[in-house]
Amino acid sequence: MLKQTEGSAAVAEAVALCRPEVICAYPISPQTHIVEALGRMVTAGRLAPCEFINVESEFAAMSVAIGASAAGVRAYTATASQGLLFMAEAVYNAAGLGLPIVMTVANRAIGAPINIWNDHSDALSQRDCGWIQLFAEDNQEALDLHIQAFRLAEELSLPVMVCMDGYILTHAYEQVDLPTQEQVDAYLPPYEPRQVLDPASPISIGAMVGPEAFMEVRYLAHAKQKQALELMPSWTDEFKRIFGRESGGLTHTYRIEDADTVVVALGSVLGTIKDTIDGMREQGVRIGALGITCFRPWPTVAVRRALADAKRIVVLEKSLAVGLGGIVSNNVAASYAGSPDLVHTVIAGLGGRAITRASLHQMFGQAVEGRLEPVTFLDLDHAAVERVLAREREQRRSGPIAESILRDLGVVGARIG
Amino acid sequence: MSALAQGDRSGMFQIRIHGRGGQGVVTAAELLSVAAFREGRHAQAFPSFGSERTGAPVVAFCRIDDRPIRLREPIMAPDALIIQDPTLLHQVDVFSGLVPDGYVVINTTRSFEELGLSEFLARFRRERICTLAATELALKHIGRAVPNAALLAGFAAVSGRISLESVNAAIRDRFPLKIADANVAAATEAYNYVTQEMREAAHAQAD
Amino acid sequence: MTYQPIRFYQTGTFTVGNRLLPDDQRSVQANMRRTNSLNSGHRACQGCGEALGARYAIDAAMEATNRQLVAANATGCLEVFSTPYPETSWQIPWIHSLFGNAAAVATGIAAAMRVKGRDDVRVVAQGGDGGTNDIGFGCLSGMFERNDDVLYICYDNEGYMNTGVQRSSATPPAARTNTTMPLGESAGNRFGQGKYLPAIAMAHDIPYVATATVAELHDLEAKVRRAMEFRGARYIHILVPCPLGWGHGSAETIKIARLAKETGLFPVLEAEGGKLTNVSKIKKKLPVEEYLRPQQRFAHLFRDPPRRDVIDRIQQMADRNILRYRLLEDVERRA
Repeated sequence: MLKQTEGSAAVAEAVALCRPEVICAYPISPQTHIVEALGRMVTAGRLAPCEFINVESEFAAMSVAIGASAAGVRAYTATASQGLLFMAEAVYNAAGLGLPIVMTVANRAIGAPINIWNDHSDALSQRDCGWIQLFAEDNQEALDLHIQAFRLAEELSLPVMVCMDGYILTHAYEQVDLPTQEQVDAYLPPYEPRQVLDPASPISIGAMVGPEAFMEVRYLAHAKQKQALELMPSWTDEFKRIFGRESGGLTHTYRIEDADTVVVALGSVLGTIKDTIDGMREQGVRIGALGITCFRPWPTVAVRRALADAKRIVVLEKSLAVGLGGIVSNNVAASYAGSPDLVHTVIAGLGGRAITRASLHQMFGQAVEGRLEPVTFLDLDHAAVERVLAREREQRRSGPIAESILRDLGVVGARIG
Repeated sequence: MSALAQGDRSGMFQIRIHGRGGQGVVTAAELLSVAAFREGRHAQAFPSFGSERTGAPVVAFCRIDDRPIRLREPIMAPDALIIQDPTLLHQVDVFSGLVPDGYVVINTTRSFEELGLSEFLARFRRERICTLAATELALKHIGRAVPNAALLAGFAAVSGRISLESVNAAIRDRFPLKIADANVAAATEAYNYVTQEMREAAHAQAD
Repeated sequence: MTYQPIRFYQTGTFTVGNRLLPDDQRSVQANMRRTNSLNSGHRACQGCGEALGARYAIDAAMEATNRQLVAANATGCLEVFSTPYPETSWQIPWIHSLFGNAAAVATGIAAAMRVKGRDDVRVVAQGGDGGTNDIGFGCLSGMFERNDDVLYICYDNEGYMNTGVQRSSATPPAARTNTTMPLGESAGNRFGQGKYLPAIAMAHDIPYVATATVAELHDLEAKVRRAMEFRGARYIHILVPCPLGWGHGSAETIKIARLAKETGLFPVLEAEGGKLTNVSKIKKKLPVEEYLRPQQRFAHLFRDPPRRDVIDRIQQMADRNILRYRLLEDVERRA
């Protein structure tokens, strides 16, 4: 059924259709609307049987999910930003224990300085935690990925994180095709756990493992996660047959057939990139895009294939490996058969900085002309940065950097773009 | 930006709504997107993402198109502006980027002259600009100072880009019956008022 | 099984000969059908109080729940010594997740059981004082506040023993640990305000709170059994001496635990719905010195010259407990 609705509401509907049995909720913007909506469904009896638990921290949210999942029920939670970091220890633990929890991450920057707006710093900080990480380009994909996530998680007995851009997607009203319960039931079989806490057949979960076996356990985590690289593409036909639309897979390409320049990105910015590419194509520029849906496990083969004929690559990412440059670009460079010098890193949209077609058009133009630096910060106010650096040279007690920048800019939050 | 860089997006119509936290600015953008969706169009509504408290300046956006909308940038060159709070006029650059033939709906009981805008607005097409005492209509029908429904109807009347029926249907989708009825009443009166004003302005010009 | 109804008291101890009691008064541990939930072969130190406490408590909980029990365990000695890969001493479904989340994991298990309609399956969470007083305090308080159907058992050995004896917020004043060494003028751990978790649990008004020591098996088992009669959040705080960290002989664990109670330093009590319902009276009040002296962690108090000032302050703590919880009331009245 087509519906014009908020991204968070759409995701809540999708999660509810997956019949989660325990939902843990702790508020943090911008994921809050999702668990609020699920809480209403449970209270109203629309989602039953289901236990909706208001916990006291994100660490507890993931811990309750761990207990529920280990006891053999389908567990779900959602978080963002600081919340993901606060639960990080439990995030690794859920993966290490092999518990198929599904979690939405409404991507948001990490402080300090505190910032509630969108970028990918939170999810990418957890890239090695052992969770499968999927990134949605729009709200339809966010909805679909949640349904696929439960199946993938339970098939592999691994947790799955569905990442959607905070505010940009979670708070955006757009058209989505909501599936029926019958469709979801046809796609997602009931949860059959590989391990379960059951008095009828007692097992110990979470035993200490020493050097004699730890490597093997970690290897299995790696090998198991990589199985998703086979499973996800193999399920797209079935998804299309049941839901009547294309969804899933590891990557999506856009106009790359004859592209000399390929832009690689994750999440909702792909839409703006595609519009920019259309404009440049009209000017005769051979440029295309590669969207990464499945970031973990990293789809090495699919990326290599998509970039095989590219002469230069622009990795546009909403994250920063401080002291290095790009996180996604590092992964891309490792998968690119050509020279790593041809892989350009563009850090963009940190802390919600708008990524505009105008800026992308200009930057892509530089890339096409071979004038793009190895690492670029899109729309960086160089003058503001210089003023802070100059002040630090002049005086020892130069003050906090964030306040220093804001004082220079003079206004807070008044710009539209 | 060059026209070419825009891609083929000539069919897209973009609305920017300015107001203050608590005035239903975000809801207005969402209602507008639902109204457009009901007319078989693609629409995208989103807020100016922020942890805004009651009273703080808030911006929300709505795009309407015949094709799926992929663009995620904020609306910097709106085709229409809805200004829910006239006290913002001298605080925020609400007119930033408004296209020359754009539409403007301002919630005020005062005239453009009184607002000090007549010179500025002379650059735009007079028949596409209107004022509306939306807060008064809201207080009259709803009993609360939430002018968004009336302003959406005013926008519908001045632009013809969306029908009053769709706006009212979106309101009924969203709110419980009693609140919906009150908002629909405010919207309908606003629509009729602006339509009448436009007609009189057109007659005045014809004279 | 037949028994002889003979009353017989061993001299010099408070222990009642189990085999001589009627069936219903015998301890779970004395029963040949006990579950051995924490089975032999684990890697605990000789004389480990925590191993005793866990075995007593979980076996009692197993009997009380008709063996429908699941346990969540915090990181710590109990977890490490009971599950050296690839072995496990647990004869019950058991999960270890993290140091600070045992209460929350138990909440998740309880929620899963509720959603599955398995009201017969009960959940225990257990951890040491570090996992309870310190790092797991937030999750524990959350579980209490929501009144989740979990019995949380804290095995309190007054420090981080698993990591090599460091101070926790349950470490008593003046105790020597590797992070509170009595060097120079320092007399070991500082005198803080204390963090008496049973009272904090009672402040949540949860259905049942109790304290116990490994010295009194019947009392401990009775409290676990009582706890299982309630639904909702329950808390049992068990004092478990640690021969390694406290520096006492491994054969002295029970004796030290009993001295903690008999000096008034560790009140043994019960509370329901936030109200104190029962305290175990001190049979014969002993000075704290008798408790402190056999423990190496307090040895610096008894050098030449002894730290009378510090010992006196510890005595004051015991006296305040005796007053606050009326540990001597009946004795005083008789006098």
